[in-house]
Amino acid sequence: MRLLTHNMLSSNIKGVSNGFPLRIEVGKVVEKQVDFNADFLRNMFPKIEWKAFVDAAKTVGYAELPEEVDSSALESEEFLNKFHHALLELHLEEGALVCPETGRRFPVSKGIPNMLLHEDEV
Amino acid sequence: MSSRPELQAPPEIFYDDVEARKYTSSSRIIEIQANLSERALELLALPDDGVPRLLLDIGCGSGLSGETLSENGHQWVGLDISQSMLDIALEREVEGDLLLGDMGQGLGLRPGVIDGAISISAVQWLCNADKSCHVPKLRLKAFFGSLYRCLARGGRAVLQVYPENIQQRELILRSAMHVGFSGGVVVDYPHSSKKRKEYLVLTCGPPSVSTSVPTGKGEDGESSSDDESSGDEENQTVCISDRHRPKKKQKITKKGRGRDWVLKKKEQRRRRGDDVPPDTKYTARKRKARF
Repeated sequence: MRLLTHNMLSSNIKGVSNGFPLRIEVGKVVEKQVDFNADFLRNMFPKIEWKAFVDAAKTVGYAELPEEVDSSALESEEFLNKFHHALLELHLEEGALVCPETGRRFPVSKGIPNMLLHEDEV
Repeated sequence: MSSRPELQAPPEIFYDDVEARKYTSSSRIIEIQANLSERALELLALPDDGVPRLLLDIGCGSGLSGETLSENGHQWVGLDISQSMLDIALEREVEGDLLLGDMGQGLGLRPGVIDGAISISAVQWLCNADKSCHVPKLRLKAFFGSLYRCLARGGRAVLQVYPENIQQRELILRSAMHVGFSGGVVVDYPHSSKKRKEYLVLTCGPPSVSTSVPTGKGEDGESSSDDESSGDEENQTVCISDRHRPKKKQKITKKGRGRDWVLKKKEQRRRRGDDVPPDTKYTARKRKARF
């Protein structure tokens, strides 16, 4: 699972009002090369929750992202490269996602988070 | 179709290792899936500016449909309930991210982040109650509600479905309209029983200017918007000229229900996505006595 997906996911348990961001428990992180596409990054940038994104990147061991950015940073090639790397190339392979409100663990195995809920959580 | 997979077992059990394997070995299945996703992507009508979008593939299975998305340069996130199918997807090394989840429990995604969604032959599974806690209506509502929330404004969802009967199609469509989607059903090859494919094309947010009905009551099939607006105007003039009469007298005449009633019923059916002949001057006209 890439950090892109992590930034979109929120906990879906009944009664949880703010299930975002899910905390990451790291088991194993892998890197996979992805083609760089600046247009996609510019398109995605406004949709990313930056703070959650930076925190997630730090958790998986990538601390080079700036704490605060505005859209002017998108002009810089260097920033885009870092953004691209963190967004698309870091995969959480093993570990878990934890709901910030209830502490429910969603295990991640082989890069696939198990988001299935139990009957009483729907 | 003699046996529908929906009637045999719940999806997470039906799509076991054996069934999932078919999706890599059978070239026929692969070709059909590729064609369906190609068409779904076409109906999604993403702006043609070469910018990759973030798409959602609901019921992605082994990632055959996702592959089409990747080929067109888009990033995607896939959701499926069957672990076996997702394992096959891993084996095929698909480019999108995969989630193990149940669409009937709602998609746990942040609001407004997804540019478009496709789904190939998945949504009809929601019409079945496989566990005692399953209520199809609520599951459809949870699914469409969360889909509506996570789509960006003006985003589209194209869902290819195999409804078992008219009631199922109506149930699905009504649930979609209920949460605020506008749109309708597109049927490919309506006269062929094998090639016939139905796509629900849903748009997030109010209908655009070209398809909107002036009264603003919302959802209609795209092709029939012209007839509908003219029908509405007629209704209105009748109402205004006869506004002092009690309403019931207007409707019940000796000869049955009258043109207004027929137009109203036709519009209702149109909104459900049925094939309805256009309104003309002959609509609901009385036959001559010699008949």
